[in-house]
Amino acid sequence: MSKQIIVPFGPQHPVLPEPIHLDLVLEDETVVDVIPSIGYIHRGFEKLVEKREFTEYVYVAERTCGICSFVHGATYCEGIEQIMKIDVPERAQYLRVIWSEFSRLHSHLLWLGCFADSFGFENLFMGAWKTRERVLDFMEETTGGRVIQGTSKIGGVRRDISSERLDKMVKDLDILDQEMKELTTVFLHDDSVRHRLRNVGVISREDAYHLGAVGPTARGSGVAIDMRKLGYGAYDRLNVPVITDSCGDCLSRCTVRAKELFTSTDLIRQAVSKIPDGPVEVKVTGAPDGEYFTRAEQPRGELVHYLKGNGSKFLVRSRIRTPTLTNIPPLIKMLQGCELADVPVIVLSIDPCISCTER
Amino acid sequence: MTYLQKSPWIVHYNASSCNGCDIEILAALTPVFDVERFGIVNTGNPKHADILLCTGSVNERNKVPLKNVYDMIPEPKVVVAIGICAASGGIFRECYNVQGGIDKIIPVDVWVPGCAARPESIIDGVVTALGILEQKRAKMLEKGSAGSIKAGEAV
Repeated sequence: MSKQIIVPFGPQHPVLPEPIHLDLVLEDETVVDVIPSIGYIHRGFEKLVEKREFTEYVYVAERTCGICSFVHGATYCEGIEQIMKIDVPERAQYLRVIWSEFSRLHSHLLWLGCFADSFGFENLFMGAWKTRERVLDFMEETTGGRVIQGTSKIGGVRRDISSERLDKMVKDLDILDQEMKELTTVFLHDDSVRHRLRNVGVISREDAYHLGAVGPTARGSGVAIDMRKLGYGAYDRLNVPVITDSCGDCLSRCTVRAKELFTSTDLIRQAVSKIPDGPVEVKVTGAPDGEYFTRAEQPRGELVHYLKGNGSKFLVRSRIRTPTLTNIPPLIKMLQGCELADVPVIVLSIDPCISCTER
Repeated sequence: MTYLQKSPWIVHYNASSCNGCDIEILAALTPVFDVERFGIVNTGNPKHADILLCTGSVNERNKVPLKNVYDMIPEPKVVVAIGICAASGGIFRECYNVQGGIDKIIPVDVWVPGCAARPESIIDGVVTALGILEQKRAKMLEKGSAGSIKAGEAV
């Protein structure tokens, strides 16, 4: 047996804008074990429910993560609405779906860019982020914020989108689709990209399932789980295809996310064609008394918000379980036995969001 | 204009931000905003950097890495605190693990407001930082701490 050495990865690392620390145990160039340590971004805001009123906490919940902020806000609101048995207007539910899917588009495009950067394809990184700006422009026009939207509220949404704006948006989606098609062609069919990603960071279907992988990480290994199938919000009235791929390597995970871009634009089109007229919010009186688990599909996978209230304005407990946290054990499995040079690519292939993970 | 002002290199550290400001920093580097046209380059190595962009507030665990990154940047250096969390802790100020703005650990030269800070204001902050960087450089030359390098001389 050759001598083992330990190479630290992070917390400040060029490939990942966020701090996570991995101790990579190496034998020559091969990674034999990985010891993760987290806590660099722990803020402890779940405890903040005791100091913020439940209506104000929406803003804190949104800032769990700047990338999938809308989904966090909407999931929290849904939890409270379920506890208080509030009937959210149909139009608000559809608007939430539209904004959630735009969040997914922006998150996946962001990830495709960062992923391209991790295997050294800078041009593709710039291309993906250029396309992403189209999505952010829409977000800004309809909500006023680029990455933190602040439009979800208990009992509905804060803003409506006019029907003319929705029609124009559907037209703009065609341009977006065209750009994304050009972009994903490179990811899925370019020889050098395929060669770099094929058979790197393989995780089998059984391992992915037993280690608790969620989202595109699980779907890339052939485990067809998608929380949108639960039918929360308006998803039960839309046709949600679950995209899977069977190889379980980095290219599979990339394929799943690339194809999901088109699922998202399709869901937005479906939602726009079915959206009813009507109010977008209802008046909320009283305070939540009871507990509820909300599950939602974040761009990275299953998101769980646990909320418990005691009839006062302040909740007793909030617990957020985010997809990256459950994707870390599969990540460690993928890293064992890989080459040191593959570590950045594999780490990015699960789409890590450390801000979510550590809260 | 000196070589430093023509091409300042930045290093980015996420203290305990929610990612919102971080992705806006990256957005500022990409085609629509494109700070690279000003010669601004994002580097992963603090030893190559002139400007530290820091997002998020300080907690017990990231104090040491933040100080290390700051110490590794060669003089003259400028720190830009991005977003309201880096200034005071922002919305997370009352959390048990948040100790406040990054000025508790390292000296800050420029504050960029916003939650999340917009790419335009981040660019504005970096441009403001360039002026401060030049002042610091001039002061260093006066003191003679830069060795035999004369003002305006290319290195």
